[in-house]
Amino acid sequence: MAEVHLKLPASEADVRKLKAGDTVYISGTLFTARDEAHLRALELRHEGKQLPVKFLDGALYHCGPIMKKEGDKWKIVAAGPTTSSRMNSMEGKFLEEVGTRIIIGKGGMSKAVGEALKKFGAVYLAFTGGAAVLAARRVREVKGVEWYDLGMPEAVWILDADEFGPLTVGMDAQGNSLYDEVAKKIEKNTVEARKLLGL
Amino acid sequence: MELLRLAVTKLPADVEAALDRIAGEETEDAARMQMKAITENLKLAEASGTPLCQDTGVHIFYVKTGPATGDLDRIFRDGVRRGTNEIPLRPNAVHPMTRKNPGDNIGVNMPYIHYEPGDGKYLEITVMPKGAGSENMSQLQMLTPSAGVKGIKEFALNTLLRAGSNPCPPIIIGMGIGGSADICMTLAKKALLRPLGQPHTDPEIAKLEKELYNALNGIGIGPMGLGGKNTLLGIAIEYAYCHTASHPVAINIQCWAARRATARIYPDGKVEYLTHKVKKGGK
Repeated sequence: MAEVHLKLPASEADVRKLKAGDTVYISGTLFTARDEAHLRALELRHEGKQLPVKFLDGALYHCGPIMKKEGDKWKIVAAGPTTSSRMNSMEGKFLEEVGTRIIIGKGGMSKAVGEALKKFGAVYLAFTGGAAVLAARRVREVKGVEWYDLGMPEAVWILDADEFGPLTVGMDAQGNSLYDEVAKKIEKNTVEARKLLGL
Repeated sequence: MELLRLAVTKLPADVEAALDRIAGEETEDAARMQMKAITENLKLAEASGTPLCQDTGVHIFYVKTGPATGDLDRIFRDGVRRGTNEIPLRPNAVHPMTRKNPGDNIGVNMPYIHYEPGDGKYLEITVMPKGAGSENMSQLQMLTPSAGVKGIKEFALNTLLRAGSNPCPPIIIGMGIGGSADICMTLAKKALLRPLGQPHTDPEIAKLEKELYNALNGIGIGPMGLGGKNTLLGIAIEYAYCHTASHPVAINIQCWAARRATARIYPDGKVEYLTHKVKKGGK
């Protein structure tokens, strides 16, 4: 498994080289977006309107951070990933209509999203859920915030990250998924578990 | 508010010990990396007095009332509001229909407070900041009595498989058996308050806890769902007698960041912490 240090914006060629299981550290802009930001981004696209940030130039981070305002500057307090599967139904469309090369989250995403990653040349990187202080330490600066009316967790925060990681390539652009490999093992173990439980 | 601060910045001693044990047991690279990040993050959070997870949850209190109680509802709401601003916590509580976020974690029935009469010698407060990642994977099923104990086991296995990598494993399974639909889930959540590794006092229930743990911990989901030896921190079951025609079973899932803090407050002002080792006069 390779260790890769990636600078954003990442090219499609660079992203397609990443393999499931690789460890990645990212430097550049992260845009946080969860349920509500996905909905709004797709809605604006549908209406043919411009988005306030260019997701393609940075990474899409499934994260609702804790922020604190000091004077007129936002300071990051805690910023671990949120459960990515909540965005399953929207992510394929997001990749197609908004576009990004890198998605960071936790827990993995659906097979349909895996197909979209392959089609549009993007990867899914996993960060440790709950490791929020560790994540915040890798953010140099909060560059700004969009859609703050959605509330602190759902807003789009623009973060300048330095060696953000360690991230694990959970799903690559070739259609490989660590979660699929784990699922195969789970299926095997389930037979044993059923036996132990007398089912 | 100080109890809330303690809960979100430091895990209870039993949970820290279980995570340390698992970190030592994992052998695969992916699992080891996840456990390393988890244990490193705990140290950073404690040293800096920062919430260890950005999802500081919605706030559920369990209170055993004491000799002089006063307007507890107001005190808890004020504590959560101040804590949101000062600790700080993430403002998570939104209106369930409009999704509007008031920004202070206060709303109708939130924080939610369970009261029960205590023995009158002290006021006991437990706060459980509950994150959504694990809560979203919780399940309730009204089985038929003919499904029996097998039905309970089947439900536990299926709920765990369905949750998979989503609830930030290694997780704690809190299980409720019996009661009514609402009582069953209340018991499932209450089971999460029991210290890890402490079996139920009823030997039949303790046996089921052990059997489920032994069968399910090695299922292979592993830390953060990337595979590994351990999927569970523990299983705790609470039960209630139920209607002869009912067979409710519920699971409330708790992520590895099992945040809870309990304190007893005595009439002379003495505060005793049950979940954490706290230095005298310290926070």
